Amino acid sequence: MKINFRPMSITLRVVLFVAITVVFSLTLIGTLINNSIDHHFTQQDIGELRVINHSIEATLSQLHHTTAQLTTSLSKAVVGHHGVYFQVNSQTGELIYRNSTRDFSDLSISLPTTLGFNSQNIIKHHVGKSTYRVLVTDYRNKYAHYKITVAIDMSFHMQFLSQFKQSLWVIMVGLGLLVLLAAWFAVYQGLNPLRGLSKKMQDIQSDNFEIRLDEEKVPTELINMVRSFNLMLDRLQNEFLRLSNFSTDIAHELRTPLTNIITQSQVGLSRPRKLEEYQELLFSNLEELDRLTKMVSDMLWLAKTQNGLIKPEQQVLNSDAEIAALFEYFDALAEEANITLIKQGDNLAFYCDKLHFRQLLSNLLSNAMRYTAKGLSITVSINKTIDGQACISVINPGEKIPAEHIPYLFDRFYRPDKSRKRHSDGAGLGLAIVKALVETNAGKINVTSNDEKTCFNVFLSLATR
Amino acid sequence: MRLLVVEDEIKTGDYLKQGLSEAGFQVSLARNGLDGHHLAMTELFDIIILDVMLPDVSGWRILQSIRQAKNDTPVMFLSARDSIDDRVKGLELGADDYLIKPFAFAEVLARVRTLIRRRGTQTVADILTIADLEMDIPKRKIQRAGKRILLSNKEFNLLELLLRREGEVLPRSLIASQVWDMNFDSDTNVIDVAIRRLRGKVDDDFEVKLIHTVRGMGYKLEAEFDEN
Repeated sequence: MKINFRPMSITLRVVLFVAITVVFSLTLIGTLINNSIDHHFTQQDIGELRVINHSIEATLSQLHHTTAQLTTSLSKAVVGHHGVYFQVNSQTGELIYRNSTRDFSDLSISLPTTLGFNSQNIIKHHVGKSTYRVLVTDYRNKYAHYKITVAIDMSFHMQFLSQFKQSLWVIMVGLGLLVLLAAWFAVYQGLNPLRGLSKKMQDIQSDNFEIRLDEEKVPTELINMVRSFNLMLDRLQNEFLRLSNFSTDIAHELRTPLTNIITQSQVGLSRPRKLEEYQELLFSNLEELDRLTKMVSDMLWLAKTQNGLIKPEQQVLNSDAEIAALFEYFDALAEEANITLIKQGDNLAFYCDKLHFRQLLSNLLSNAMRYTAKGLSITVSINKTIDGQACISVINPGEKIPAEHIPYLFDRFYRPDKSRKRHSDGAGLGLAIVKALVETNAGKINVTSNDEKTCFNVFLSLATR
Repeated sequence: MRLLVVEDEIKTGDYLKQGLSEAGFQVSLARNGLDGHHLAMTELFDIIILDVMLPDVSGWRILQSIRQAKNDTPVMFLSARDSIDDRVKGLELGADDYLIKPFAFAEVLARVRTLIRRRGTQTVADILTIADLEMDIPKRKIQRAGKRILLSNKEFNLLELLLRREGEVLPRSLIASQVWDMNFDSDTNVIDVAIRRLRGKVDDDFEVKLIHTVRGMGYKLEAEFDEN
């Protein structure tokens, strides 16, 4: 099972991200400072040890006749250095001289030695509370072989370092907290415009749909969001208006037949009548009821297409065969109205539900017939478009449909000429149904109209064979 | 012909019973699922008309019981639910037809007759006659009172349909579907115009009219038509 967590809060995200960065960079800086100071001290100590080692070697290189003489020379060898210890042992380990009470004899034996000064051999040595850097070197000349041990007390440096580390930590933690606080505040501040927007959005109701968010008053990052939101409101407002108009239209469309039924029934029942009159009344009622039923089922069908409940059966249709069948169906009607039906263009195979195609073309043809004068002809033209679609056009001669009506032609209950309300052609749902049929079959429809003719173009995908 | 109608809506039930009785069927009406189930299981009917949504036992359940009892009486569903799924479910359970409410009574009658015809062993006659009209299907020849009548292809099919279903009221939607293969409700009066033209050729010159309009329902072909 998959559990969906709410994404982490923005504040938490930013603060967490800053925290990680701060901890990482402060640790890096601290370590660098610490290391460089440590390195500095080490270099200093090495320098000291080198100087002392050299002095001792220089002293040893002089000719001494007695041990006492040597001791005296050695005691004078190192002057002016504090915290520095040295001792000279013979090759066999006997102590020859040491400048303090501290004894490093065991080290002079155990440590590896080299001839001359070698900083790599320096080790750290702990005695009690003190820490020393110690180096043991060999020294030979023509007469003798010595082991020189030099040591420097580094406790002071260690203490300084540890104190320094402590204060560095305090500063860094403080600094880190400050940065986090700043980050949190920045996010809080940054989200302020969003809070303002949200407050404004809460005020939008169906009765003040015209409220729009002000693009000028938000930071640049939010302009896109505000723009999209405003566009969404535009669309919703349009749909909302359409829907409320639609309800009004339904009420009007239902009211007329209902009024007819009620009135004629009341009149019919107001006094005894002949059988034929009752029959006439019933038949007239039936007509109105049929109209109502048709309208209700058409509306239901349209609602279903809008909710994606109508699933077309995709079939490969052949334009010649389909149009021939439809022409046969309309044949009698066209002859009666003295209208010629003409098919022109290619024979194309395309995808559409057969029933849907016949219904939509039948609606378009009957629509065309309504507006075609006697003696003229309606043309159904089939063409391949440049982008590889089948275009089925139903063209009828007639007056131009004014441009302002074109966008609404496929709306439910829309009638370009209000005067011709309640024509015999049902409730004005025919073209809305045509559009729904086309779109259910993944097609498109448009209308072009000029002074000579009006042309409904249906675009459907070509079948690839 | 015995018919069972199971319908809980009182008016619909009453009118179905009246209409079907007047069309010459012997109709039993059950007003709830339990009675309908009982009748269907204990008596023999030629056709059962079932409402899907009944307050107690649903139409689906009744149909299931009937089919489980190896009873293959044709069943026609009436339903206000017209989703494809419901239709498919009904047909899968073994229903023979599925009619969406609101329906025209003529449609019910036509479909009931179709079901009955489907059951009976049917011999398709080559030569159809009524009164002094004779239609030779294979030769595509029509004569009335010895006079040759010339019809277009679709007019021929239309007349054949009317003849084969002589005496039945055929609703416009059924005619459109059978003759032109247009299986949808059309706003146009194509059928009326086609019938008018057919009458012009078949009836106008003769004393006895064969094609009759049944107001509010459709058309029928009959030699003796009682206006009332």
